Amino acid sequence: MSATIDTPGPALTAAGASLPSRPGLRARRRRNLQILRITVLVLLGAFFLVPLLSTFEFSIRGIGDAPRTFEAWGRIPSDATLRSAIIDSLLLAVLTSVVALALMVPTMIWVRLRLQSISRVVEFLCLLPLTIPAIVLVVGLVPVYAWVHYLAGTDSILTLFLAYVVLVLPYVYRALDTGLSAIDVRTLSEAARSLGASWFDVMVKVVVPNMASAVLNAALLCVAIVMGEFTIASLYNYVNLQVAIQQLGLSDASLSMAASLSALLFAFVLLLLLSFVGRRRDRRGKA
Amino acid sequence: MTETAPAPREGSAAVPTAATRAGVEVRLEGLRRTYGAVTALDGLDLTLHPGELVALLGPSGCGKTTALRLLAGLEDADGGRVVVDGKDVTHVPTNKRDMGMVFQAYSLFPHMTARQNVEFGLRLRGQDSTRRTARAEEMLELVGLTAQIDRYAHQMSGGQQQRVALARALAISPTVLLLDEPLSALDAKVRSQLRDEIRRVQLEVGITTLFVTHDQEEALAIADRVGVMRAGRLEQLGPPTEVYAHPQSPFVAEFVGLNNKLEATVTAGEADVFGQRIPLVDKSFRAGAATALIRPESIKVLAVDHPDAEGALPATVLASSFLGAISRLTLDAGPAGHLMAQLATADALEHPPGAQVRLRLRPNPILVTARD
Repeated sequence: MSATIDTPGPALTAAGASLPSRPGLRARRRRNLQILRITVLVLLGAFFLVPLLSTFEFSIRGIGDAPRTFEAWGRIPSDATLRSAIIDSLLLAVLTSVVALALMVPTMIWVRLRLQSISRVVEFLCLLPLTIPAIVLVVGLVPVYAWVHYLAGTDSILTLFLAYVVLVLPYVYRALDTGLSAIDVRTLSEAARSLGASWFDVMVKVVVPNMASAVLNAALLCVAIVMGEFTIASLYNYVNLQVAIQQLGLSDASLSMAASLSALLFAFVLLLLLSFVGRRRDRRGKA
Repeated sequence: MTETAPAPREGSAAVPTAATRAGVEVRLEGLRRTYGAVTALDGLDLTLHPGELVALLGPSGCGKTTALRLLAGLEDADGGRVVVDGKDVTHVPTNKRDMGMVFQAYSLFPHMTARQNVEFGLRLRGQDSTRRTARAEEMLELVGLTAQIDRYAHQMSGGQQQRVALARALAISPTVLLLDEPLSALDAKVRSQLRDEIRRVQLEVGITTLFVTHDQEEALAIADRVGVMRAGRLEQLGPPTEVYAHPQSPFVAEFVGLNNKLEATVTAGEADVFGQRIPLVDKSFRAGAATALIRPESIKVLAVDHPDAEGALPATVLASSFLGAISRLTLDAGPAGHLMAQLATADALEHPPGAQVRLRLRPNPILVTARD
């Protein structure tokens, strides 16, 4: 007999050797897949966690033989430069998010509803900053900022939001585009219009509530990018969070590490909060 | 284009007729719309009488949806006028036209419940919450969805969503109701139920309604008058029975109902179709060779030994399709080609596939076209 018999029990070959049955094969495959999954998870986890744990370990390491201490963490709020940089970065993050969303949400809805023919141009313009190195952007913006400072009568760090709005455009565009693609904007807006809604009502009462998750994602990306931005602020000689951390690193490495990790944890917490809010909104919509 | 005044529908004595219902008159006058080189509407003239339901029927691209969108104000006309209740609204924006609309695609606002959807238009009109809620409940009751009042769109079936959309459109007490193929995304059974429900609600509310569809059965079943469109123009407008029984052009005849095409010779206002002389709808058709358009129900299928069978067209039954009370037979009529006949299922059972039969044509006036 040369063929194997398809039964649940062990199958026989011509040589009489026992082969695992199909359920057995399936179980082994499942086990192998599970092992692969866990391995990948552990490797990726290590890739992300080891640098963070090392940073944390460094931030609490005592000088010489001194025991481990959280003293550097305790000094974060009391360091005037760092505190001021954190506040400025947070203000810039809020300002950038608000301006970028106020600019992009109505623009993108309007382009999708009424100016479909220029959607490619808008996409190109919004994605363009991705291809421009920060240094080129800074050089290009120098004369613009000369006018901004002249007209605003101040050279406050908050004027950086103008450059940051340009910087976050590609990410905001992508997030909002995904949100808009997920709903039938045209039909919803026509339905709302036929019921008496003005274009403002259509945007505020119909389209935006249905792309709230996309707006939140775009806001999160803005905050994350602004909180992590170093090049532009540094080249314009402004001290934002990342510049402050870099400067602190030259004089107080433990505090610098503690501040870096705090900024990262802040971004994580923000991400969690926003995703929690997003999920709650989704649940309400699907409840 | 031929326009015929609406006639009372059979069995409609208990319900108000179009003439006695409330509603406003709607006139589309010489409406034109082009998209680049494509002419979607080529001077469309159409009048909807107060409280009447007119169905626009036609193949894809004939301009029926464009006509409805121009009436709604969702698109701008290149020429012509839209007159509602005597007022020219051609340049009035959509949100000021006071028209309720139900779309082909599901259009409920996903972040709102059925009640909130229905209240949306009332909220925009500044109605207080007590009146809004009462009106929303009234409208949802009208469409039989009281139990689903607090459900979101994704928690309702397609049919329920379209009913809510209908309630939402009616809640604002619009002057005109526009239905843009609202049943096309639904399955056959729900479509048929909702079709009847739309008609019931429309009669109950008495609102002038324009219904756009490509489904002839839907149009014939629901409308006071049916307008058959072709290439941006109305080919024929009249009560469903008239459009079906007396099509004014070969296009209407072919689009509304199935047709058999048979060789014919025209002489003196009559057509000779395989030895039978049948009167023509268009008596002025020029004499000579032509193609006769014969409805399946105009073909009588006779047993070989039937007294009338002598001299009739011989044929063989190829297949029988059971459609409930009626059946359709596919027949091989030799030189006449393959024909379709429609008869009562009880009669069709007497002619199983393979049976030899004889065919006669009922003497109803027929349409002919010039032979290709």
